[in-house]
Amino acid sequence: MNSSNILSITTFVYGLAGFSYIFAWVFNKPVVSKVATWVAVIGLAGNTAGILMRWMESYQMGYGHAPFSNLYESLAFFSWTIVLLYLFIQFKYGNRIIGAFVTPLAFLALAYASLSPNISDRIQPLIPALKSNWLIAHVIACFVGYGAFAIAFGISCMYLFKQKKTNRQNSLLNYLPEAGILDELNHQLIMFGFLFLSVGIITGAVWANSAWGRYWGWDPKETWSLITWFIYAVVLHARMVRGWRGKPTAILSIGGFAAVLFTYFGVNLLPGLHSYGSF
Amino acid sequence: MPKQETSADFFSKTWDFFASVRLTIVLLLTLAATSIIGTLIPQNEDPAAYFKAFGQFLYRLFNILGLYDMYHSWWFQMLLILLTTNIIVCSLDRISANRRILFVRHPSFRLNRFRNIKNKEEFVVDEDPEQLKASCQTFIARRFRHHAIETTDNGFAVFGEKGRWTRFGVYTVHLSVIILLIGGLVGSIFGFDGFVNIAEGESARVIHLRNTNKTISLDFVVRCDDFNVSFYETGAPKEYRSSLTILEQGREVLKKDIIVNDPLRYKGISLYQSSYGNLPSDEAILGFTSRKTGMVYRRKAVIGQPVVLPEKLGTFVLKEYRSSADFKGHNIGEAFIGTLTREAGSAVQIILPLRFPSFDKMRRGDVTIGVIEHLPRFYTGLQVNRDPGVGIVYTGFILMIVGCYVTFFMSHQQICVEVDKRGTTTRVTVAGTANKNKLAMQARVAKIAQRLGSQARRT
Repeated sequence: MNSSNILSITTFVYGLAGFSYIFAWVFNKPVVSKVATWVAVIGLAGNTAGILMRWMESYQMGYGHAPFSNLYESLAFFSWTIVLLYLFIQFKYGNRIIGAFVTPLAFLALAYASLSPNISDRIQPLIPALKSNWLIAHVIACFVGYGAFAIAFGISCMYLFKQKKTNRQNSLLNYLPEAGILDELNHQLIMFGFLFLSVGIITGAVWANSAWGRYWGWDPKETWSLITWFIYAVVLHARMVRGWRGKPTAILSIGGFAAVLFTYFGVNLLPGLHSYGSF
Repeated sequence: MPKQETSADFFSKTWDFFASVRLTIVLLLTLAATSIIGTLIPQNEDPAAYFKAFGQFLYRLFNILGLYDMYHSWWFQMLLILLTTNIIVCSLDRISANRRILFVRHPSFRLNRFRNIKNKEEFVVDEDPEQLKASCQTFIARRFRHHAIETTDNGFAVFGEKGRWTRFGVYTVHLSVIILLIGGLVGSIFGFDGFVNIAEGESARVIHLRNTNKTISLDFVVRCDDFNVSFYETGAPKEYRSSLTILEQGREVLKKDIIVNDPLRYKGISLYQSSYGNLPSDEAILGFTSRKTGMVYRRKAVIGQPVVLPEKLGTFVLKEYRSSADFKGHNIGEAFIGTLTREAGSAVQIILPLRFPSFDKMRRGDVTIGVIEHLPRFYTGLQVNRDPGVGIVYTGFILMIVGCYVTFFMSHQQICVEVDKRGTTTRVTVAGTANKNKLAMQARVAKIAQRLGSQARRT
């Protein structure tokens, strides 16, 4: 049993959690959503174990580095932050339906890592540019930010669903949380994500300065992370100063997450120093 | 005077234009959208490559728009200047509008404001207001920076306040952006960005600047004593290491091995490990095998220096090193080329490929020559920078993180605990406000009410 096996199993556990959350929402069965929560907790435990084991395996192979060095490892960490943040929100706000929109994202991320033929799950040694203490801080900050934005994306989707006018009494939409709560949560998560995205960009800049002698070089990854930062800065200003609420914020939040995804995956199609992230 | 009026009018109009958050939103979205261009068109490439890729018309159009170095183009810089002005004017405008809230040494409290708050927490106790006064006051004083007490008709009210300074969080973030841009400007005016390649054992003083043809002479000399590259079993590079020595007026002043992520800094100039390459090798250990006796003679050969062979086999001269040599139309990779001159006087050219040590056997001569060991020579590629703006930029980074945290997760909170006598019992009302995250404040008010209640019941 190695870390890749554990993470593959975790993929299915997350899939089951997502399915149960959706089932609980669609058929209005609160008991099932409790089960879903436990499945998600088990998935998180498996995800944690997988990441820690991978870390140890890398030491056994003599490479000895934190498991944040390629696309496979970053996806495993991405799904971990999504589920961890989600469970935190669930326990804080006591709402289980959000899980129907969020846990599938964690499932998709991990499924992509485990099943895509283009992504190698081999533990590779670190290339010289990645050998830095900033690696851990940079990756953790970025992915906590991405995780928060992913959940904000799920919540924004829920919000837009909720806004749809419906005549039927017992519609699915009625089970969704209050629009006001969704809007507030979206805002909280964007603030949280923005702080971590800022820290991620800044640690990346400090690292770049020690590796390449410049803190900012407009390479596509850097530029796209800045584009993402701009979009979420717009969300924050529109809400805090101009009082935008609800729909426009939800749409901007979805646009911001699209920029996150492009920063994460799309940039590998473009030339630049971060292209090692592609394999 | 009408003229003055117009200029005042113009000033206030300009001010209002820059004080609008709508402008901020437009600018941020424009910056986001235009930034994409530079990620799609590779920046600072050779003009010929652009011409080939885009054709004449688009090449010219993009050139006029500065898209080949778009983040330094006039219009992108102008967007940044507009944003900077916008941030400054906006912040000043808001600070001045809120100065009565922001700059207060001793806050004052108005009871009516708290009475009008909708979500209040209430509970009833048996004690008289006077009995509760001291404990209420210490309770609030312990939790809030400022507190005040006011006597009312049937009892008293205790006020508390804290976190007024957190209202400056957002201005700290704005200031940090300005500081970052200033740091970037300082770097681009007073700094430079260059590179130099130094062969092992050699020194350099003059470096080349990037994206121009200019060179700069440093105040000191850099010598590369050694360069090493190591690999993992997978073939991936493991470490690039250059041993550098800094010399001033011929004296060694600093020695350091640099690797990627660990540069050498001297007199405000940083030297980074950035690349490396192979240089034509100029010496090798050669083996000369005599066909007659079978003896193998090991000799060191340096390019241009004749080696006289025993057994009267002749004289061998190493002529040159080729990184990729040709033999009858086939590429045989790295090789040395030499000439063997026999005693009789006839000379023959000999190819010594590094990959095939017994290649020369094919010639069937009196002596077979092969490379036993070849000492590769490297040059190290150093990135040479000076950026006096880094300190400023890092200050901006710290301010931005702190400012964001304060802005998002801390708030200016005020609380009021009103205690008044209602017949035989006493009613305690707790109400609070915060400038941000009102839901969290409501929870805090509830918690305070609960604590106060249990404290009152205990006494």
